[in-house]
Amino acid sequence: MPNLVKLASGSEYLLQGNEAIARGALESGVQYCAAYPGTPSTEILTSLAAIAKEAGIHAEWSSNEKVATEAALATAYTGLRTISSMKNAGLNVAMDTLQHINLATLGDRKGAMVVVVADDPQSHASGDEEDTRWAAQMANAPLMEPANFQEALDMTKALFELSAEFSIFGYLRGYTRLAHSRGKVKVGDYKKADTKAWFDRSKMFTPYIAPPKRAALIKKMAEIRERFEDSPFNIYQGPEKPELLIICSGSGMPSSLDAIEELGLGDRVGILKLGTLWPFPARTVVSHVQKAGKTLVVEESDPFVETHVKAAVADARLSPAPEILGKGSGHQDYVGENNPDRVIAALCRIFGIEYQSREPEYQEKMNDLIGKMVVSRGLAWCPGCPHRASFYAIGNAIKRDGRDPILASDIGCYTMDAFPAGTQITNILHCMGGGFAEAGGLGQLAQFGFTQPAIGICGDSTFFHGAIPALINAVYNKSNVTYIVLDNAITAMTGFQPHAASGRTATQDVTSQIDIEALCKTVGCRVEIQDPFDTKATTAKLMELLKDDNGVKVLILRRKCELLRMRQEKKHLYKVYVDTEKCKGDKCGFCYRILRCPGIAYDAETGKAKIQPALCAECGLCADLCPSKAIVKEERA
Amino acid sequence: MAISADPLNLVITGVGGQGNILLSGMLGGAFMKKGYYVTIGETFGAAQRGGAVFSTVRLSQKREYGPIMPDGKAHLIVGLEPLETLRLVEKYGNSDTVVISNTYPVVTASVSSGQDTYPDMAELKKAVESLCKEAYFIDATSIALDINAPIALNIVMVGALLGTKQLPLEVEDIKAELRENLPPDRLEVNFEALARGMKAIAESKQFSEK
Repeated sequence: MPNLVKLASGSEYLLQGNEAIARGALESGVQYCAAYPGTPSTEILTSLAAIAKEAGIHAEWSSNEKVATEAALATAYTGLRTISSMKNAGLNVAMDTLQHINLATLGDRKGAMVVVVADDPQSHASGDEEDTRWAAQMANAPLMEPANFQEALDMTKALFELSAEFSIFGYLRGYTRLAHSRGKVKVGDYKKADTKAWFDRSKMFTPYIAPPKRAALIKKMAEIRERFEDSPFNIYQGPEKPELLIICSGSGMPSSLDAIEELGLGDRVGILKLGTLWPFPARTVVSHVQKAGKTLVVEESDPFVETHVKAAVADARLSPAPEILGKGSGHQDYVGENNPDRVIAALCRIFGIEYQSREPEYQEKMNDLIGKMVVSRGLAWCPGCPHRASFYAIGNAIKRDGRDPILASDIGCYTMDAFPAGTQITNILHCMGGGFAEAGGLGQLAQFGFTQPAIGICGDSTFFHGAIPALINAVYNKSNVTYIVLDNAITAMTGFQPHAASGRTATQDVTSQIDIEALCKTVGCRVEIQDPFDTKATTAKLMELLKDDNGVKVLILRRKCELLRMRQEKKHLYKVYVDTEKCKGDKCGFCYRILRCPGIAYDAETGKAKIQPALCAECGLCADLCPSKAIVKEERA
Repeated sequence: MAISADPLNLVITGVGGQGNILLSGMLGGAFMKKGYYVTIGETFGAAQRGGAVFSTVRLSQKREYGPIMPDGKAHLIVGLEPLETLRLVEKYGNSDTVVISNTYPVVTASVSSGQDTYPDMAELKKAVESLCKEAYFIDATSIALDINAPIALNIVMVGALLGTKQLPLEVEDIKAELRENLPPDRLEVNFEALARGMKAIAESKQFSEK
């Protein structure tokens, strides 16, 4: 990760999209940065936190995205420039606040606020493919979507300026292939920001009473629309009168360029790349559509641009009515990520071109030779992961309980239980904090004849993010439910961010460690703590809690994330090896079939289990559980 | 002979934990210093260890390309794990593709549990050799274990890549990137990994141009 304040003005660097956004914020004079970790947005705050002391700015991991956004908002009232960044799902958490901000304005202290939301088309690391651009429209926030790494930086800066000038927040839409890709970025000037925070006591910031404030906001948006009609972020390239006009945004730009190049259609197809998406630059779009034969809209996720292109063209009453192709016409997919092949397919259909990326004979040869050899490699818990032990123990308790307990899970590494490499005992899986609330609901159903025990599960970071209100609700409303907190001491899935129980802030300052056990006890729960690697005791304790009908029980399964432990202690806990004399191989297969640890595998040569070098964490879990005692763990000196 | 295509599409594939991301970053960094447009696409986020991870590196002296390349258009595939090499040959390979792959398997959970069968190595090699222009196979994991640095597998593979002379890069270019990216006390072993990878290619029986 480059040190963002040390980059030399005017020089070019290979920056990740998220780093380019962070640098753009620094060049804009950002002083307050808040976020909750979420793939693919995490590195924006990570890279700002890394230089926070040097730059004299505040950077924090907040409890959740709503808290982050509200804290950032208040600091904008004091005249500071502020950024709040989140993933698609995080936007939903912050939504309540975002809908208010621009009605209330940011005041006249020239503070500014940019909200970055990184969407995840294809759901690489998300529960859905939510297109959050609609949220910017709902909130009446100026919306930009970068098509490359340079624009990630430039648009962040442009939105800060717009925000300060119009006293409303600006919305930057990121997405996985921008956030987690790297490209060339020429950085601009950076100067340490030194605005003094001061809140004008005579001011009140609130959307109440909304109708007149909404009218004022709509007027502002009309003014911004005029700016966007001439924005340098909306660029046309191609022939004067193209047979086909591609209107694209974000990742649609590189995909369209590749497709045109691949098919040699540069003389026939033009590209209008839109960077400012709301308020929609309708006039610019219509002027280009008019000059073209047909129009194809290429964008990721929902037909956001497409909907607005169609509306703009309808408003312009063009005759004859131009043909607008895209998702609605079946030329583009609603589902999944954009890529060059999708645009190639659309262009082939429109121009009647035959295209195969490889010769048919070659493809046939490939099918013959590779055939079914390629097998899938699903997501799995890392070797040494405490969750493997936890879910093994929880699964045993559920089996032995005999009443078919229901498990409502949550978002974190433990989500992977629901995937093929997990134990698949999860019954409900939605969003942050959802597991506790859903289980709390199930715990209320005795009067309807429901006899199945309810279990809600979440991680330590998720506990602070969204589970606490559900915990309190269950206690208050007398739900009969068992909660499990998988406490691995870190926000692991997004790359080891500290949280409220870690004792460290995002900038590595020592802080108080919030005690999950004490918090649960304070609100009136029975609390037990176990090391999940003691699987027998964990199963027994959970079975005992499931039989306890007196309200809310909390089982904290506490063991540090193995990757974190390894980073801190830099050595394996044990030396672990297979005693091939004792190993029963496929007659048993417990370690690789049941535990499914990537660190141990079936070895076809010997017919026995075999440690996978470099992957095995030598945690000793398989050694503890091997029915034949064929896996040996030895203490390390 | 170095590949002369522009854009040059390079794919690096392997399993989470093998150092794929560092590898693509170093190659990208080295080309950036030579004045190329470099775009690196990374796939990560969920599985820290054990999942399939690949990155794309697209190099050009004309313009900036996007991180996703069209299917069947890779010029070079570097595989840190053989099954992952095969997966990417199937997606991005063509008759002009050059492949450099580790032969040491990381079997999948579904293979271990008996639901799937890991490809036979001889068949896998044969498929890659007959589908691609050139294919180099070395046991990079065993080399890394031999120098007591299992995590330097990725650097052994960079050494192998340098050894094939497919890219206009010199050993010093990569050493400069290593100096930038690694703590000083890790340099010596990584330089050794680099040298061992180059040596392995020199000694390997290269499947020559058809």
